[in-house]
Amino acid sequence: MDLATFVQLFVNGLGKGAVYALLALGFVIIFKATEVVNFAHGSLVLVGGYVVYALKDTLGWPAAALVGIVSAALAGLILERGLLANARSADHNSLALLTIGVDVIITEEIVRRVGADIPFIGDPYDSQPIQLAGVTIFRTQAIALVVGAVLITAFFLAFRFSNWGVAMRAQAENKEAAALMGIRSSRVTATAWLVAGALAGVAVLFMATQDFSGAGLGRGTHAIALIAFPAAILGGLDSTAGAIVGGLIVGVTEALTSANVDFLPFLGPEFSKSAVFLVMLVVLVIRPSGLFGTKELSRV
Amino acid sequence: MRHTMVGVRSAGTELEAKGPDLGRTTGYAAVLSVRGLSVRYGRSVRALEDVDVEVPEDGVLAVLGGNGAGKSTLLRAVSGTLKLHRGAITAGEISFDGERLDRLDPAVVVRHGVVAVPEGRQVFARMSVEENLRAGGLGARSAASRTSSRDRVRELFPVLAERAGQRAGLLSGGEQQMLAIGRALMSDPRLLLLDEPSLGLAPQMVGRIARIIREIHDQGTAVVLVEQNATMALQVADHAVVLEVGRIALSGPAVELAASDDVQRLYLGGHAESQAQADAEEAQARAHRGRRTLSRWAG
Repeated sequence: MDLATFVQLFVNGLGKGAVYALLALGFVIIFKATEVVNFAHGSLVLVGGYVVYALKDTLGWPAAALVGIVSAALAGLILERGLLANARSADHNSLALLTIGVDVIITEEIVRRVGADIPFIGDPYDSQPIQLAGVTIFRTQAIALVVGAVLITAFFLAFRFSNWGVAMRAQAENKEAAALMGIRSSRVTATAWLVAGALAGVAVLFMATQDFSGAGLGRGTHAIALIAFPAAILGGLDSTAGAIVGGLIVGVTEALTSANVDFLPFLGPEFSKSAVFLVMLVVLVIRPSGLFGTKELSRV
Repeated sequence: MRHTMVGVRSAGTELEAKGPDLGRTTGYAAVLSVRGLSVRYGRSVRALEDVDVEVPEDGVLAVLGGNGAGKSTLLRAVSGTLKLHRGAITAGEISFDGERLDRLDPAVVVRHGVVAVPEGRQVFARMSVEENLRAGGLGARSAASRTSSRDRVRELFPVLAERAGQRAGLLSGGEQQMLAIGRALMSDPRLLLLDEPSLGLAPQMVGRIARIIREIHDQGTAVVLVEQNATMALQVADHAVVLEVGRIALSGPAVELAASDDVQRLYLGGHAESQAQADAEEAQARAHRGRRTLSRWAG
């Protein structure tokens, strides 16, 4: 592999990784706030994408994208307020199973509505590669990288310095102590789902494109969204920074291994998908709590 | 100025009959009123049964008792966190300044001015000292009260200002306790509930925490102090109640309780013939052990 190809794969991998990072970040935010593993994350992605698909011809792409992001955020909020908040006494495993049920219902409905069309929704940037010093970069991935960097920076600033961030971190660490400080658990939880849904709504704008994987809005994109799980797990399920690093590792691993199948034909053409999980397994064997998973630092 | 108008109605047990006349009810207006409170965990575990407690605007009430007596449950019921422990109030009511607290979310209870420091301190270990204090201020009623509370906390606990950027989990036990109390004061409470603040602390630190509690009280904050360290609690409190298997067994002014034979025998580990002897024995025991435990549960 020459340097130009490597740079091309690496940059495109980072772009994909930024999208995975957004998904993994949403996944981790929900887990930190509620300790619930949200298996419905893929369906939140599809909700946002479907709204963009349904409205872009009438509202225009920018407005439709905005409405799509808001819709995904509201879908997350409705899921939490309508179902999970009413089942508070259930244990976290039961709630995780509940999200699987929700995921199946929403996904099937959207797939049914979209039909055999399987559309792409990245109109302004999809299939318009950029040539830069002999390197071809997908415009979708380049924009995803910039958008991801801006959103992740904004998130971390808010997480670190705003009252919301302090409340969120306090609740993630000790729910009872946070409640005793006057922090409203229901508000923190609701905003976590709202933010996670919005991030999923942004991610789908890049995922359901020709550039990203060729999978349009449908089961293919839903399956890609599942890569948020290994990204979050290898980063450390309760670590927001880990979600970002995990997302980037997954994106770059996928990009580099997909190009190398020519050299390793016995691994098969779909090895890049397995490679992501293989990396996750290796990381978990070495560091069971993930790369940035919490290690208790307490003076005893 | 200290007032000693804390009244408690005993639930009428054998211990009360044997003890001095400590169960009288005074005629003042209580800021915290717990009446006929019964609490269960799950379907069958009765933690409190028909408990009555009253705390005036600026009193310090000590709640004594052994493990499983229901002390922490009483604080959980007042602070609204029973649900987090799968507990529920089955009878009675809790009111603060005339308003019912017993059906409120813990965050709303804080906004009413009632703030608890849970057992084991429970500081946010991964957050800095400053962030812990900031989290405590999220329940403040206004930005102005948050600012004045911060000044108060800095004055009470200069060490917290020195360690502002340090991770709370890396503080010593005593410093963590100071942080837990300081964090609770950030929302400018009118009533502070302290659950075993002396637990696991060195004797010197226990004395320091006791002085801080008195200072907080002198600044106008009422305090409910749940303790197994009866010696420390009775020194700090105006009045005290003793819980035993979910019921109030003894109650009255702290001075009288400390001097009573029952309390000496059951909770201070002594058989004193006189106050002077009790004081001498107490001083001797503190010199050797630092912290006295309730003899009844000492094994």
